[in-house]
Amino acid sequence: MKNVGVLIELDEKGVLKGTNFGMITAAREAGADALYAIISNGDTEKYKDRLQPYGVSKLITLSAGDDFAHSPDLHAKALIDALNHFDLQCLVGLSSVKGRDLLARAAAFLDAPLVLDCLGFDLTEKTALKSHFSGKTVATIRFNGDHFFCGIRPNAIEPKPAAAPSDAHVEAFQSNAKDPGLLKIEKTLHSEKDVVELTEANIIISGGRAMASPENFKILHECAALINAAVGASRAAVDAGYVPHSMQVGQTGKTVSPKVYIACGISGAIQHFAGMKTAKKIVAINWDKDAPIYNKCDYGLPGDLFEVIPALTKVIKEIKSRESES
Amino acid sequence: MEDRGFSWKGRVKMRIYVCVKNVPDTAESIALTGTAAFDESVKFVLNPYDEYGLEAALQIVEKQGEGEVITVTVGKEAATKTIRTALAIGAHRGILVKTDVQFLDSGLTALALQKAIELDGSPDLIFTGKESVDSEGLQTPYRLAAALKMPVINDVAALNITDDGAVVEREIEGGAREVIRLSMPCVIGGTKGMNEPRQPTLPAILRAKKKEIKQIDIHELNLALEKAKTTLVKLDPVPERSKANLKMIEGDPQTMAEALVQLLQEEKLLNGVGGE
Repeated sequence: MKNVGVLIELDEKGVLKGTNFGMITAAREAGADALYAIISNGDTEKYKDRLQPYGVSKLITLSAGDDFAHSPDLHAKALIDALNHFDLQCLVGLSSVKGRDLLARAAAFLDAPLVLDCLGFDLTEKTALKSHFSGKTVATIRFNGDHFFCGIRPNAIEPKPAAAPSDAHVEAFQSNAKDPGLLKIEKTLHSEKDVVELTEANIIISGGRAMASPENFKILHECAALINAAVGASRAAVDAGYVPHSMQVGQTGKTVSPKVYIACGISGAIQHFAGMKTAKKIVAINWDKDAPIYNKCDYGLPGDLFEVIPALTKVIKEIKSRESES
Repeated sequence: MEDRGFSWKGRVKMRIYVCVKNVPDTAESIALTGTAAFDESVKFVLNPYDEYGLEAALQIVEKQGEGEVITVTVGKEAATKTIRTALAIGAHRGILVKTDVQFLDSGLTALALQKAIELDGSPDLIFTGKESVDSEGLQTPYRLAAALKMPVINDVAALNITDDGAVVEREIEGGAREVIRLSMPCVIGGTKGMNEPRQPTLPAILRAKKKEIKQIDIHELNLALEKAKTTLVKLDPVPERSKANLKMIEGDPQTMAEALVQLLQEEKLLNGVGGE
């Protein structure tokens, strides 16, 4: 039996992240016989209805003697205990900042194989696919060992419900692991605004150096808010001080795989493409028809972004108001 | 380990190890030459993320007025050039654990780094980059820390060394940051934001030629080299996006906007617009 644990991620508000479903799909398609969702939160029951359609047969509420919200080391040790207790061959999670941190800790403690930022994996072959060389090549990597860990790149796998929904039951599991006590998350500094996370977003609108000022990013935010898009930036815009580094897409920033990536005033350096080339559709808005971005995108709008973006916002607003009337 | 009475009060000399990797420049094209091999005649550089760790180490030693920054590399002989770059940037000396291959799995790399560090001396602090831009494994800092029984945090975007250990910040999601305290010695995986890495000056490049690089053959470290956690089975090229698919939408801004929205709606790619 290939029992696979899927590490469910919740956002700050305790809502299931949308990218979980692609990750669970990857685990199912890898050939898992049974999928056990592991939720590190007491309120597991409320997630049941949304997880069952994806073939999850058990929901495990994970806890330890001490609170592990502030100790990633204890959290990782508790995961290892769950892995042993439920006889899981593999533990799969999201390759988000916190997801890959936990998986890497657990794999290092257990001295077990791990592949992060996976684009898919196979339990029979014991292989995973992942990017190498900033996405220029794809590596096939074999896990050498009976137990292994896998982190899936958010949005890399299209979520597909299982052929037949499962009837999952909830089970609590408490680990006896002790916190090594060498590190502690003291606090979380939240962003002032409600920000759509880049790596979770289906649509991203990014601005480059041509945005010319921090204030001008407002036009991107206005458009993004209408379609629940995240706002990103190129390295040039971050280095110019227009926006914080947390918004940077590309090398030394975030790797994203949205359905649509709209690059505004971005020339299209190879380091930028390294972070967004797996987007389904890339749209470029750049007056410079010779910009390198036009060599590798799907739709090109060779106009002034300060005219095209407001026009885009207006068109979307009109459609939305027509739809709400009908 | 020897007890050198570590304290961050400007009194005791810190010994800081910085793990640096020799990687192909991201701007280079990668030509595959076998199932899992590539043309290594391209330009190699110091892994960009490792620059943040090196800069952090140098700043600590400069602030303290004394201390030593030692780079540790696992790589082929050709990595010497990158180690020289790190020495020109300011590291005092370097260690190269010489391998025959560019890709050694993260587990063995971590063990080689651990042994090289322990043979050299006792670390007060270890820096790595958050990942290498060639194999993008994202886990060597964790395996190194586990081998050394030290705490670790990766993706560190701000660092402060206090009398009670290291206080770091890492960016999580939606612009949020976590503030984390680690006891020292510890392993810190650096990323952009931690500092502004400096570039080497010409006199420093010349001086770096006289700095020591200790070479250790990986076979001398008694590692079970056949016991890799993972094996790179093959590399396949990813077809580049081509201009052939490009659809240019011309006209005035309104026309462009309408055409784009229509295309995206037809493909059901617009959230909440067009009946989705």
